[in-house]
Amino acid sequence: MTNSATISVARNAFREAIRDRVLFSLVFFAVLMVGAAVLFSQMSFGISAQSLVNFSLAAITALGVILAVFLGNQLVAKEIERRTLYTLLAHPVRRSQFLLGKFAGLAATVAVNCGLMGVTLLVALAYVLPGHWAAGEAAVIAALYLILLALAVLIAIALLFSCFASPVMAALFSLAVFIIGNFDQNLRRLGSTAHSWLGGHAAIIVADVLPNFGGFNVAAAAAHFQPIAWRLLGWDTLYAIVYASVALVLATAVFASRDLK
Amino acid sequence: MLAVECIELTKDYRAGFWRPRPVRALDHLSLAVEQGEIFGLLGHNGAGKTTTLKLLLRLIFPTSGEARILGQPAGMMARQIGYLPENPYFYDYLRCRELVEYYAELANVPARERRRQVAWALDRVGMAGAAETSLRKCSKGMVQRVGLAQAIVHQPAVLFLDEPMSGLDPLGRRQVRDLILELKSRGATVVFSTHILADAEQLCDRVAILQKGRLAGQGRLETLLAAEEDKVELVFAQAGPPQRRVVARAELWGQLDQLRAQGAVIHAVTPLRRSLEEIFLSPGAPPASGGQSAAAAAPAAVPVEARRR
Repeated sequence: MTNSATISVARNAFREAIRDRVLFSLVFFAVLMVGAAVLFSQMSFGISAQSLVNFSLAAITALGVILAVFLGNQLVAKEIERRTLYTLLAHPVRRSQFLLGKFAGLAATVAVNCGLMGVTLLVALAYVLPGHWAAGEAAVIAALYLILLALAVLIAIALLFSCFASPVMAALFSLAVFIIGNFDQNLRRLGSTAHSWLGGHAAIIVADVLPNFGGFNVAAAAAHFQPIAWRLLGWDTLYAIVYASVALVLATAVFASRDLK
Repeated sequence: MLAVECIELTKDYRAGFWRPRPVRALDHLSLAVEQGEIFGLLGHNGAGKTTTLKLLLRLIFPTSGEARILGQPAGMMARQIGYLPENPYFYDYLRCRELVEYYAELANVPARERRRQVAWALDRVGMAGAAETSLRKCSKGMVQRVGLAQAIVHQPAVLFLDEPMSGLDPLGRRQVRDLILELKSRGATVVFSTHILADAEQLCDRVAILQKGRLAGQGRLETLLAAEEDKVELVFAQAGPPQRRVVARAELWGQLDQLRAQGAVIHAVTPLRRSLEEIFLSPGAPPASGGQSAAAAAPAAVPVEARRR
């Protein structure tokens, strides 16, 4: 058993997404960008760029979340339901390799998707701010990178839920985690100011356990072309690697002993 | 070294949501399959055939007991195993060749040999001409053939086939039968489950019959089928419609003399040979050694017309 099994599964997951026309969402995004660029170019110089970046990063995040949640929670369930997993695991493929391969395949799909949407955004920015767009380039690229990290964590969580919950429940759980994780700071504030001891501690525990997706969101800074600190990028990278790894280890532990009826 | 060995293999599932209770799907199954054998797992739906195969493939885990393949615990010899599930479904966004290539890759077939192996496997299942057809456009029979191709592409030592003839037309069934025999001649062990008894009769060296998760009988086919060869069926007419009588071979001449003395006309004398179907459908458990099953005994003398009805 080698890691080539993981790579084969990842490549097949990516091929599935491509052939199932998942990247068609790019066409939708491109049309959205062209429309937004034309609209925002009518505004004054500063506001148009700020609005375009804000709007685009929100759209990239939303489309990425949809892909991560709705493809991620089907990764295991669909293979079991269609019994394709039986023949796959009858070959020298460990369950952990299967999960890791699926994670890598979907992460690559989402990365390509976000990357191409990012390029579209940069082109639209060049249209809105002719001659000046390079000023915001680094901030926008950093913001895109952090979105990608957040989506990688979300895919790992969706994969974890898909190992024991139905596709619908896994999607709901994953979305709930993403939404709550975006309010990490609010939860901590609530925890420190709550009148109830129990409520306060519960809020802190939830904030500690769930991933802090809000920490990956630098859209406001990017929209104002403020530089994103390298330290933040490094810290968020480490955080995403650790969190996704823990989620994948848990997923493997759950899936390793599951009967494939 | 045995190819496949089940030692007191037991599997319980939990059924029910609020008060889950254990349901025994397989009950202390012990089997031994020699290398190079074609071994049939027979039984009604729900008898435990697929459960047995899944346990051998570690798709499910035993409640107790042990499964071994080529002397190693199940799951350790995956490179030597090929598997075709019942009513398989494959990634329909792939072409037939791509699918078999994918499985060859997973089975660690070296890249330089992969193309040749894939072409060989597709050719052996009669799919060489449809290699570039999308699986979305394949009929059920074609999917079954591609499934067989992925199971043999890495030339495994042990092949598990769950209802391999399902969905195939007569020509396809013939091809699969020939393929199984060819794999055997190459030294492979084939374990397959089926409820199509004619296939088992034509192919299997030995069979095991499962009933409600228990081993009802196992042995060499000819032994199981010959269990009643020491009996003979007489068909005769004696002032009325033809009648049949089953007698022991040792009593045959005495019975014939007696009937002739009574003026009966002897129509036929036929040695009795149970078909696998009779064994399979008999409510009593066939013996593990392949001896006679009490339930299979025919009535002493029943009018032929009544038997036909």
